[in-house]
Amino acid sequence: MPMNENGEFTPLIVAFCCNWCSYAGADLAGSGRLAYPAEVKIIRVPCSCRVNPTFILRAFQKGADGVILAGCHPGDCHYSTGNYYTRRRMTLLFSMLEYLGIEKERTRVEWISAAEGAKFAATMNDFAAKIHELGECKRLEDLRCK
Amino acid sequence: MQITKTIKKLVSEGKADRVFGWKKGELGFDTEPALFTEDFDSVVYNSLCGANLCKYMINETKKDGTVLLLLKPCDSRGLQLLTKEHRVRREKIYALGVPCRGKIDVDKISDKGIKGMIDIQENGDTLTVVTLYGEQTVPRQDVLYEKCLSCVGKEHVGCDEVLSPELSEDTTVNDRFAGVTALEEKNPEARFAFWRSQLSKCIRCNACRNVCPACSCVKCIFDNPSSGMDSKANADDFEENLYHIIRSFHVCGRCTDCGECSRVCPEKIPLHLLNRKYIKDIHKLYGDGDEAALLTFTKDDAEPSVVYERGEGHA
Repeated sequence: MPMNENGEFTPLIVAFCCNWCSYAGADLAGSGRLAYPAEVKIIRVPCSCRVNPTFILRAFQKGADGVILAGCHPGDCHYSTGNYYTRRRMTLLFSMLEYLGIEKERTRVEWISAAEGAKFAATMNDFAAKIHELGECKRLEDLRCK
Repeated sequence: MQITKTIKKLVSEGKADRVFGWKKGELGFDTEPALFTEDFDSVVYNSLCGANLCKYMINETKKDGTVLLLLKPCDSRGLQLLTKEHRVRREKIYALGVPCRGKIDVDKISDKGIKGMIDIQENGDTLTVVTLYGEQTVPRQDVLYEKCLSCVGKEHVGCDEVLSPELSEDTTVNDRFAGVTALEEKNPEARFAFWRSQLSKCIRCNACRNVCPACSCVKCIFDNPSSGMDSKANADDFEENLYHIIRSFHVCGRCTDCGECSRVCPEKIPLHLLNRKYIKDIHKLYGDGDEAALLTFTKDDAEPSVVYERGEGHA
C-alpha cells in the first residue's frame, strides 16, 4: 500500500477533466487558492465523451484507487452533445462495475463548469475522502499493464 | 423431411444456390454448422442444432451467389442486427426460419451420469439416449440449454419465409433477469467473489467473441498486440476480467440475448449474466426502444449517480 512519510495511505485518484469546463474549473480552484488533495491526478481530455470506457478500466488496472470524470453541465457541452453520450455510457459502465463487485464509491461523474472552482475543489476533497475510507483498490489491478 | 423438401424446392426455383445449415457431427448424434452446395439430403435439423449460423454470413455474403440460411428465432434476431449494421449483404441471403422447441445440451445429459452416448432420439417430451450400456430416457425439459430456459421469444424476425412456425414451443421457465437480480441482491464482496471465481476460469479462447453476432468488428482491440490484452495473462489468475467487461460493453445496447456466448464457453462461464445486466439497466433507464441505447440520448436521461444512490442489494 503506498504510504506517505507519516505512514498514511496515499491513494491514486485519476480525474478525467474536460478541456472546456472542468479543467478550467481546476484552474480557477488553483488561482483561487482552494486546496484539493495532491493525490488527484488530472488528465485533460478534449471532451468528457473522449473518455473511452477502456480509459477508466486501464486507470484501475494501472493501480488507480478511484476514477472521477468531470465534464461540462449537460446542455453546455462545447461540442453540443458530447456529455449526453458520456452520461449514458458512464451510467451503464459504472452500473456494470458495481455489479462486478467494484465499490460504487470508486467511480463518479460530476458536472463542473469553468466558473465552479469551489465546486471542483469540494468535489475532489469529498471524493478523495471516500477513497481514503475505502482504501486500496486491488480488484481490477492488472500486472500486465504496470 | 419437410425442411429438405423446402430447401430443394427453393434451390430449384433459383432462390439460392447453396445452403448454410447443420450436418451430422463427428459423434454421430451431434450436429455442426456446414455449407451445402449439393446433397441437400444430408442437411440435418433437430433438437441438437444449437449453433447460431448468422455470423457465418459475414464471409459467406462476400462470395458470389445467394445463400439459403436456416434460422432459429434467436438466430433471426442476430441476422437482423448484422443486416442493420451492414455487416452482411442481406440481398445475398434467403432467410428460412425454422421452428424451435428449445435445443438440447449434450453436456447436461452427461452431467446426469449418462456415459458412452451413441445416439439421441426424440419422442415428444422425452429423449431416448442410446448408450454403450443400454438405453435411458430423459425428460426433454431437463436437458435444454440454459439460454432456452429464458428464451426471448419464438417469433422470427426479418425472415423471407418461416417454415411451420406452429411447431415452435415456448420453453421459457425462468424470468430472463432472475440471474441478474439474484446477483444484484448480494453485497459487493460476494459479487466480486462470484465473478472472480467465474472469470478466472477464462482461457481466452475468444470463442464468445467469435460467435457473437454483435461482436463483428473487422479490427478488434483484443487482436491488437500493442493493447497488451491480446493473449492470456500469465501473471495472475484474474486478469481476464477486462476482456469480459470490455466485450460486454462493446455489445451493450446491441446484444440480442441469443445466449451463444455462454453456450460456446468451454469453461461454462455464465457470460449472458453480463449482457443481461446491461439489457436490464437499459430497459429500466432508457426504455426498450429499437435503437441502440448508446447511439442516442435524451436531455433528461438519468445521471450516473443513480448507481451511487442505489443501496446495497438494489433490485
